[in-house]
Amino acid sequence: MPLVEINNVHKRFGELEVLKGVSLDVEAGEVVVLLGASGSGKTTLLRCINHLETIHDGEIKVAGELVGYTRGKDGKLREEKDAITSAKRARIGMVFQRFNLFAHLTVLENVTEAPVQVLRVPLAEARSRALDLLASVGLKDKAGYYPHELSGGQQQRVAIARALAMEPRLMLFDEPTSALDPELVGEVLETMRRLAASGMTMIVVTHEMSFAREVADRVIMMADGQVIEEGPPAQLFSAPSHPRTKAFLARIL
Amino acid sequence: MVFDSSAFFETLFSSTFLIPALTTLGITFVAMALAIMLGFGGALAALSRYRGLRWLAQGYLGFFRGVPVLVQIVFWYNALPVLTDNAINLPALIAGTIALGLNEGAYMTEIIRSGLISVDPGQREAARALGMTKAKAMRRIVMPQALKVIIPPTGNQFIAMLKTTSLLFAIAVPEIFSTGTNIYSQNFKYFEVLFVVSIWYLALTALLTGLQKLIERRFVIRPRRNTPILAQEHG
Ligand SMILES: Nc1ncnc2c1ncn2[C@@H]1O[C@H](COP(=O)(O)OP(=O)(O)OP(=O)(O)O)[C@@H](O)[C@H]1O
Ligand SMILES: [Mg+2]
Repeated sequence: MPLVEINNVHKRFGELEVLKGVSLDVEAGEVVVLLGASGSGKTTLLRCINHLETIHDGEIKVAGELVGYTRGKDGKLREEKDAITSAKRARIGMVFQRFNLFAHLTVLENVTEAPVQVLRVPLAEARSRALDLLASVGLKDKAGYYPHELSGGQQQRVAIARALAMEPRLMLFDEPTSALDPELVGEVLETMRRLAASGMTMIVVTHEMSFAREVADRVIMMADGQVIEEGPPAQLFSAPSHPRTKAFLARIL
Repeated sequence: MVFDSSAFFETLFSSTFLIPALTTLGITFVAMALAIMLGFGGALAALSRYRGLRWLAQGYLGFFRGVPVLVQIVFWYNALPVLTDNAINLPALIAGTIALGLNEGAYMTEIIRSGLISVDPGQREAARALGMTKAKAMRRIVMPQALKVIIPPTGNQFIAMLKTTSLLFAIAVPEIFSTGTNIYSQNFKYFEVLFVVSIWYLALTALLTGLQKLIERRFVIRPRRNTPILAQEHG
């Protein structure tokens, strides 16, 4: 069974249909890169996976469970209780373009907050685990700093550690390096590369083609709210079949 | 002008104002507590995704900010018993405190609402993505950051409230000002008595200002890096 099953998902913002029947399966341990022009619906799709956005049709399952919905006796989807969805979300890590570290908490507190508050991990245990995670992203010496005292690249690595502290079975990355100065991109990609090598299941929206080429098992091309093409990076980059993929790659490579 | 200094000092050092001063402070704190609770409710309603709640908040705001507070005070004390056939007939102290709190709640709604919207929505999103429920994200992540914006104007409102309690003289609540009016209506030493009354308000304002400073030092000033024990231990 795939870890993530996305089935004919439709999503509208008012009149605007942003996802027009997206289907996509992601196997456990797989690294999938989502490509597509601005406005094609990549962010929206990621946010639907952990139910930060509602969907209007279709369904999304993670580890065999619907996220954000229960199926009623009539077969229709109904929004599920916040507490239940939250518990499912806790196992899905998300890394944002703008880091979104908690500004009022230190680096260490950023990483311990959710394990302690959500998973009820004892503080001492959460701390020692947080320090290990910070060490693994090379930031143990910054544990007592506040986010605004760190560079963008450091903040994003903390954000990754914060997500990993919840022991997620799936990590979602939404353009994790596009708010960074060019010289800081490498350190974040390196962290993600090591995470991929450790076997984490990852869905990554990025314009970093080298990352897609070297790390992705599969690349998905989206346009206008639909998946128009997918395949292993070597194939998709060297021999794209859809004209819009060709145009997109020509622009970006 | 003749300044009757003996009347002044006699009034200043008499214990007459002690209980009224405590009454004033008590009304201020209870009314503000009520206002802050209403303000949280009002702000959450104003930002709710349910239109009905937003309308409710808007109506509350519009009404209580639009009607003079003195009118509201007299309403709670004098009009409500008549309106309800004496079913609700509150003592002046309680009627006055409720009136002040309800009115102030409208202002606190606006202050708290602007505090909440000053927090980057990404903070809440990140909290939700980590599995916090709406309530927990609000309590642990959004509210602590909003407080930095909410606390300074709330301090001002506290001090304004301290002085607004003087309006309760209209319904004969024994606070500082009405105590003063009782005295000068007997001895006609208007100036001396008002001078003493002012001194009491100034003293209480100074007290609240000090309290405000303390609280702001604790919550509002951006935390500086505390040379972390952890970084020393493990760094
Ligand atoms: N909250 C929202 N309300 C209304 N429209 C939205 C909202 N979020 C996204 N949209 C619209 O949905 C479409 C898809 O947006 P989305 O952010 O998913 O695109 P994207 O592929 O991530 O683009 P980018 O590369 O610019 O990040 C866009 O047209 C956008 O304007
Ligand atoms: Mg996007």
